[in-house]
Amino acid sequence: MENLQCQCGHTNPPGTKLCESCGRSLTEKEQNSKLVDMRYEGTARRSQTYNKSVIDKIWNFFSSVKVGVSIIVVLLVAAAIGTILPQQAFVPASTEATIKDYYADTYGSVGRVYHALGFHDLYSSYWFIALVGMLAISLVIASLDRFVPLYKSLKNQRVLRHPSFMDKQRIYGSGPAAEDTLEKAETKLKELKYNVRTDKNGLLAEKGRFSRWGPYVNHIGLIIFLFGVMLRMIPGFYIDESLWLREGETRAIPEVPGYYLESKNFELENYTGEGGEEVFGEALDRVGTVAKNYQTDVVLYQNSEDALPGAADSQEVVTEYPIRVNQPLKFDGYAIYQMDFRLDELKAMTFALTNKETEESLGELTIDLINPVDNYELEGGSTVELLGYYPDFSGFENGEPQTATPLPNNPGFLVELTTPETPEGETSFITIQNTVEPLGENDFKLTFLSADTRDVSGLTVRKDSTLPILGLGGLIFMIGVAQGMYFNHRRFWIQQKADGTVLLAGHTNKNWFGLKKDLDRVVEYASLPAYTDQQDEIDKVEKAEKEGETLS
Amino acid sequence: MDERAVPQKNDKKKKRAVMRTVILAILIAAIGYTIYNSATAEEVSLLEVGDKAPDFTLVDLEGNDHKLSDYEGQGVFLNFWGTWCKPCAKEMPAMDRQYEAFSNDGVQVLAINIAQSDFEVQSFADQYGLSFPVVIDKTKSVMTAYSIRPLPTTVLVNPEGNIERIITGEMTEQDIEGFMEEIKPE
Repeated sequence: MENLQCQCGHTNPPGTKLCESCGRSLTEKEQNSKLVDMRYEGTARRSQTYNKSVIDKIWNFFSSVKVGVSIIVVLLVAAAIGTILPQQAFVPASTEATIKDYYADTYGSVGRVYHALGFHDLYSSYWFIALVGMLAISLVIASLDRFVPLYKSLKNQRVLRHPSFMDKQRIYGSGPAAEDTLEKAETKLKELKYNVRTDKNGLLAEKGRFSRWGPYVNHIGLIIFLFGVMLRMIPGFYIDESLWLREGETRAIPEVPGYYLESKNFELENYTGEGGEEVFGEALDRVGTVAKNYQTDVVLYQNSEDALPGAADSQEVVTEYPIRVNQPLKFDGYAIYQMDFRLDELKAMTFALTNKETEESLGELTIDLINPVDNYELEGGSTVELLGYYPDFSGFENGEPQTATPLPNNPGFLVELTTPETPEGETSFITIQNTVEPLGENDFKLTFLSADTRDVSGLTVRKDSTLPILGLGGLIFMIGVAQGMYFNHRRFWIQQKADGTVLLAGHTNKNWFGLKKDLDRVVEYASLPAYTDQQDEIDKVEKAEKEGETLS
Repeated sequence: MDERAVPQKNDKKKKRAVMRTVILAILIAAIGYTIYNSATAEEVSLLEVGDKAPDFTLVDLEGNDHKLSDYEGQGVFLNFWGTWCKPCAKEMPAMDRQYEAFSNDGVQVLAINIAQSDFEVQSFADQYGLSFPVVIDKTKSVMTAYSIRPLPTTVLVNPEGNIERIITGEMTEQDIEGFMEEIKPE
């Protein structure tokens, strides 16, 4: 492509629409249109002008707004598809193979394809990240390609423009005027806080140029935001782990080396409607129970320095804290939130050793389901020996009782009951509401009396070092929005020819009403010729034509 | 055009090509790095073969302390298990037999139970007549340090104290024999 030589003598880069120097229209299209296209000041977008090497071709591809918008649309569609089936985090399977099988088994071939394409873990699938990355590239390149020429062109603006540039501005007027018109206009424009430059017989008044940088500032914010999101993938920046903690348990906090958490107590408090809460009475009657508080009282421990994992007695209490919803325990950059709970897991069971016939009790015993012991001595000289304990009894396999999980959901006990009457002992297998006597009929049995329970707290361990970056990105984004939306770049060009005729043109990137209000004051003060809004006139003509068509 | 303009233009072109290449390279590198990280995100917290095995100390059923670093110079066969885990129970007898065979050759077996009660672990050990030390990770801290997910998981630690191999799932007796051979000191 060749450089474009303007009539004024200035050489413009190929692709330029309006001469950089005088503002004459350079393309036929521009010459024939009634108003000039002031986007990017009629400069050549750099990417359009060179298209030779591979790098240039890639660059041009990403410079296109169409490509950028297409990427956004594809991302939106992908995100929408990602909501059709549950994401893998919400699927009852934990290993890669079982997750894959789950999708295939539950949703058939659709599920298989869904999993194969990575929709089951959308935000971590390669192609999704690649698309977001391409969006970032598009943001950077498209912005650079538009910002640089626009910046240069606004920086090198000339005061004097060719009349053909001026009469193609939306706001235009011409007519005779007094000799001091320019000076008066300058005074008034300065009063209106315009930057005014004069050159020979003309002036250029400008205000709010920085509003033009709004979109680019906005994009910088987005890029910073995306950078923050990218950091989340890097180990150490982002942690989101769940921890189920039972009352009385001490557990190592996942992903937080050296720290332990103990649950002292979990509490679920409901509104009672009494004692100062009468005002809620009506609402409570309507909806039933309403939770007032979920709280886990925890103790945070830290391993003393150079203590090893597993070492007992080397933990020091850091703090005790009641974790409530939205009141996390915070320490060392981490936060532990109350997220979930399960009430009333079995903790201990109390039995009475009774004579089957007489129903006479020989004493009571309590088996701690978390930490059972071998032998329970009763007062009358009887003993209950625990031979086997199956916290989550799931049936027999080869005559052997099995447990499905380590949690006491359905405890089973193999016990030997010894009483003064039966010194040889009787064997009994006890589960909830069921007793099996594998070695023949017994005289004695364990009668269930009561159970103790404990609650489980569902906690979330979180650390997010990217938040300040995300916040900064969001702030810059909003600054860019405000800059572009609430401020306008207004310009007036005024020229006085030798014969006293004044040419007057105005342009703004938005808010033409505000521009006209400013201009009205200047026109009045400096007695400038009346101006017209040429866009209004074009619209009027078009409207009239349309009406004419409908009438005929 | 005058003579000076031509080299100037070439300079500009060169500069532009370099700028564009650099910007594209940076952006593509950032994306590549992100994808790489996301691909390996699952494994970052996991230990890898060749890493130094995290040291720990746990107490066995007899009340003896077992500190991993005390076994340096020996191969250590760390088996994470629970009584509810059927494949764990299945491989125990084979592990016990191989332990008998290799214990004089400097291979130590530590069976690490995940936070169960002394009673359950003791009765399990008695039932299977286990001769190697069985320790209980009461706070799951060793499990967390080794990022153990499925049970059983076996971590082979070589005499230098580095991780030789990580096996998830059940092992056959031949497997176990081969693994013990792998970590046997010279």
